[in-house]
Amino acid sequence: MNWHGLKAIYLHEMDRMRRTLFQSLVSPFISTSLYFVVFGSAIGSRITEIEGISYGSFIVPGMIMLTVLTQSISNASFGIFFPKFTNTVYELLAAPLSTFEIILGFVGAAATKSLIIGTVIILTAGIFVDLHIEHPFIMMFFLVLTCVTFSLFGFLIGIWADNFEKLQVIPILVITPLVFLGGSFYSINMLPEFWQKISLLNPVLYLVSGFRWSFYEIADVSILTSLITILFFLSACVLTIIYAFSKGYKIKN
Amino acid sequence: MSEILKISNVSKVYNNKFQALNKLSLKIKKGEIFALLGPNGAGKSTLINTVCGILNFDEGSITVDELDIKTQYRKARSLIGIVPQELNLEAFETIWDNVNYSRGLYGKPPNHSYIEKLLKELSLWEKKDNKLRELSGGMKRRVLIAKALSHEPKVLFLDEPTASVDVELRKDMWEVVKRLKQEGVTIILTTHYIEEAEEIADRVGIINNGRIILVDEKESLIKKLGQKILKIELAETIDKIPSNLGIFNLEINSDKNILTYIYDTKGENTGITSLLSEIKALGMQLKDISTEQSSLESIFLNLVKESENELARS
Repeated sequence: MNWHGLKAIYLHEMDRMRRTLFQSLVSPFISTSLYFVVFGSAIGSRITEIEGISYGSFIVPGMIMLTVLTQSISNASFGIFFPKFTNTVYELLAAPLSTFEIILGFVGAAATKSLIIGTVIILTAGIFVDLHIEHPFIMMFFLVLTCVTFSLFGFLIGIWADNFEKLQVIPILVITPLVFLGGSFYSINMLPEFWQKISLLNPVLYLVSGFRWSFYEIADVSILTSLITILFFLSACVLTIIYAFSKGYKIKN
Repeated sequence: MSEILKISNVSKVYNNKFQALNKLSLKIKKGEIFALLGPNGAGKSTLINTVCGILNFDEGSITVDELDIKTQYRKARSLIGIVPQELNLEAFETIWDNVNYSRGLYGKPPNHSYIEKLLKELSLWEKKDNKLRELSGGMKRRVLIAKALSHEPKVLFLDEPTASVDVELRKDMWEVVKRLKQEGVTIILTTHYIEEAEEIADRVGIINNGRIILVDEKESLIKKLGQKILKIELAETIDKIPSNLGIFNLEINSDKNILTYIYDTKGENTGITSLLSEIKALGMQLKDISTEQSSLESIFLNLVKESENELARS
């Protein structure tokens, strides 16, 4: 294992966050506050409770997921896309690093950043609502797993993208709609039966549902189904990245 | 001298079906400076990038110090440093951070005194806290060299290192190269400046269409393949070359007073005696006679031309 190499990539990526520390931390704080103002106060005044939980508290897990998912994808995709764009990727490819070490360095840093941002959102949410976490360890486990999985997915997007437009296309056109339609701000039980069934095709639903269960023990699908779904997605991302690297896809050809 | 790099029958076809390397074989001796010459698109950069692990290759094998670059890539790559052709650097990092980052990537623990020495040698120390985007092209080239040397490699690839750099930097760079050679580092460089290869290289390889056309000691190459040029300065100008001298394929300068005769030193008969006898018979008075050895550049151009003719015929 090239520990020094791994550390170099990790710290190099984390340094990007240090350089933009203010935006990195203030931006999730402001957006969380805005969500509480718009969804919690304006809409929450009309929807008082969902399954016995105040609307303000109900949306916290979904809100965290929304930000963590988009941040994980954006950090990891940019992390590997930028060296490709500036052609400094040659150094990573020429260094005695395995695919695993490269992925671990980039994805580890992106996931760490998302985890920090997720923590900022939880702390911010605590200012607006009375936050009670029923299963803190499971909540942390889900949070870490989500950060890692979607950082892997972002890394894959970064490998695939050969311009800035492609870098944005999946997060904007696929991920954001999936998060909004995945029960982040509502329970799918509030939807007509047909749309409930359609919602079950949305992988993000399982993620939000499992995460919400760790907070309030209420879920749209079982916790086990949520866990299996996210582990399946994580494995798919890992295998695709390993395949892409071994074939040199968009990097070595 | 033992061989540190062995490339055997390596082929590389890009996704667009362009065959950049065609069963190419090459051996590089330990501690030598090897200049790889070739026209644009000949396969120089592809070869370097393939050895360094930046590009995959389709067939063949490559070993560095007896280590296979595919199966023993960790040890093999840690022996190699590369200075790429383009000035590819991050924008927002400082020189110090970026050079230390490179050392880390190669699995070496931090060694600030070595990096300090390196930066001082490359005249980068004063600017170590400057952001990379603030540097001039020449300074960026120095940073790339520092990055390539940050992990103390045994084999250094310099891909067109002096492209678009000023005279001072070029001089500094060759000083560094000479010092590295003294320390036992093997250097493989590609260059368009053939005079550089002539000045600094121990051996020269010529590549065209993804194949090595020729590899030889620089001096021996010039000696073996070189043609000589005989310059005959006349005491008086002439309007045109006399028809009696037609068989010698002479050329005349614009001042109409110097005849140029190109001859092959390897030939049984250089034709010099016959030429001078004809000139004497024509009653032409000579002012001076001199000879010049053909340069590596003319050898290189001739070989590339021959190889392209051969390819066209096949």
